[in-house]
Amino acid sequence: MSNQRIDSGNNAAALAVQLCDVDVVAAYPITPQTPLTEKLSELIAAGEMDAEYVAVESEHSAMGVCIGAASAGARAFTATSSNGLLYMSEQLHWAAGARLPLVMCIANRGIGAPWSVWNDHQDAMSQRDTGWIQLFAKDHQEIVDLTIKAFRLAELVHIPVMVNYDGYYLSHTYMPFELPAAAAVKEFLPPYAYLHTLDPQQPESLNSVTLPDARQDVHGVTQGGYMDIRHNLHLEMRQAMEVLQEIDAAYQQAFGRGGVPLLDPYRCDDADFVVVAMGSLANQLRDVIDQLRAADNLKVGVLALQIYRPFPTAQLAAALQGAKGVMVFEKGLSYGNQGALYADLKSALYPYPARPQLHNFILGLGGREIRTADLSQTLKTACLQPAQSLPEQTDTPHWMGLQL
Amino acid sequence: MNTGIKTTVLNLTEEEFVYPGNRACAGCTLSLLYRIGTKALGRDCIFVVPPSCLTVMQGLYPVAASQLPIFNGTFASTAAIATGVRAAMKQRGLKTQVVAWAGDGGTADIGIQALSGALERQEDIIYICYDNEAYMNTGVQRSGTTPQGSLTTNTPYSGKKENSKNVPAIVAAHNPAYVATCSASYPLDFHDKLLKAKEIRGFKYFHIQTPCPPGWGCEERMTVKIGKAAVDCGLSDLYEIENGRKTLSEPSRKLLDPAKMKPLDDYLKMQVRFKSLSAEQVAAMQARIDEKWQAYRREFGQAVGNNSGVFNGEDV
Repeated sequence: MSNQRIDSGNNAAALAVQLCDVDVVAAYPITPQTPLTEKLSELIAAGEMDAEYVAVESEHSAMGVCIGAASAGARAFTATSSNGLLYMSEQLHWAAGARLPLVMCIANRGIGAPWSVWNDHQDAMSQRDTGWIQLFAKDHQEIVDLTIKAFRLAELVHIPVMVNYDGYYLSHTYMPFELPAAAAVKEFLPPYAYLHTLDPQQPESLNSVTLPDARQDVHGVTQGGYMDIRHNLHLEMRQAMEVLQEIDAAYQQAFGRGGVPLLDPYRCDDADFVVVAMGSLANQLRDVIDQLRAADNLKVGVLALQIYRPFPTAQLAAALQGAKGVMVFEKGLSYGNQGALYADLKSALYPYPARPQLHNFILGLGGREIRTADLSQTLKTACLQPAQSLPEQTDTPHWMGLQL
Repeated sequence: MNTGIKTTVLNLTEEEFVYPGNRACAGCTLSLLYRIGTKALGRDCIFVVPPSCLTVMQGLYPVAASQLPIFNGTFASTAAIATGVRAAMKQRGLKTQVVAWAGDGGTADIGIQALSGALERQEDIIYICYDNEAYMNTGVQRSGTTPQGSLTTNTPYSGKKENSKNVPAIVAAHNPAYVATCSASYPLDFHDKLLKAKEIRGFKYFHIQTPCPPGWGCEERMTVKIGKAAVDCGLSDLYEIENGRKTLSEPSRKLLDPAKMKPLDDYLKMQVRFKSLSAEQVAAMQARIDEKWQAYRREFGQAVGNNSGVFNGEDV
């Protein structure tokens, strides 16, 4: 049976991981992820979760342990934040290249230098090209639901999945959520299976040096070269969006929640202007546009991306076709260019004739407060101002909330 | 199984776990170690290998030179990946032996953090470091175990300035279940130590001097002789540490008798990499070896009749 809880986002993630029958947890402490892995160590030590807890000496090793465990037939999990995620970076590429169905939670935090323990999305955005699927939760319920779905997705497509949730805004706040019944999750998530489990009975040499060109194996069958293998990863990552939609439908049937696996629109049907964001900011923006609709009669909607990689290109283009203006709010950027999400979104819209006016706002870096009044004013101005005469003016990101 | 009987070429298993015709260089003693080592380890093993000569030796996809399950992982995380494999075996109720097999760079330099972590956690794995004393796979650059004075491609003209680090001592400082030093020139000593290690629970570490013709500058046919010369001059000392108790292994034990020690120079002269050493440098190196063996003699006894090599409780 399911139960209602009021708990932190980190504990919500831990309880979801407990439900997923994880075999191996390897983790290294980093703020603001730490309470999640503390909770898992507690559940394991108390015998409430049958798993190995490996207290490693670094995030690089945390992912190393997960890579080894997943290759050897165990469901593995880790979690991190910020510089911890970056320290794992080569391991992330390795896990994706090895097609290991890992799941990792990220309590998103700004990256040093200078040190910041507060929230933004630069950690996840900087790892967008690792070959991991990246999901973004907006609240505690989504942390639970996405984590459970992530295991099924990873194991169906053999691509690792990151579940992102905002540090402090979600990781440390308490919210109500429903925890699914253990038996139902067990039914939803079949036992762990990996195609190339390390097995002395069926010996395989995994991830060995692979030549640029395709090459015959000892049976005379041509096997792909490095580029062919990498193309498969890309192709199957694109296909993962369909798989996620199927998983979401099954989840909705089993648990009554879902229906918006890729994009989550709010009041977008009649909207002239659409605000695009990821994570908890999208929920904050819902309140802002409710106000704008009521007080200023502006037809604004919010479109939350639930998935950033693979990028929901076609879905996003379809959702934004009719809009007059699109405002992309991001807690991170590609330094020297623009917000990464903005650039991706712009490229998704390029092939279509009816392109809305686009705006890019960078905000909340390193935990800089995102005031609802500022969001409201910024949006109002963006909706009401006429199109800029110089294209590069609108294409330059606007930094919101600067104090100097 | 460890029967306690010494393995010789007569009773060594004929079963092969490595295919003939792999990508090792001619004269490579790693291929010797790998072939004999896998005979001791048997089939119920999973290997974890970081980038190293072994990666290349094992074959290029989709062809493999060995008949064992191998996970090729990132350079710095051999011991961590092995930990993960071990954790999976434990969860799955399997006794399969997890074997990490890395080079000196992957162990002493980039991999030492993960190694130290796994040692501290007392992971139940066998970790083998084949030490060819430089980054051979990338073309002979210095590593933490490259000896002082050795010419490498990034210590040209006068050789490496610094002393090598004593990795087995670093490992031993973690108090693991078992530490052994070996020489590729004594592969059956390695074989029998592996048989013993297989039956010990906890972290088992092997450090093996592994002569390398292109890296050391010697003829292919000379590698086994060079490895033996390193042992005979006392530079490469073969020992085991079990539960903190150190014993000298047979090839080294004879050197407790000072008359049996050969000069270091015999070993150095067999290799191009030491050609820039001055007479003073050689004398200083010889002095360090002599000092080490004087300590051994104080520890284990000097008399020829009392050369059991077992620590007798006296302080060094």
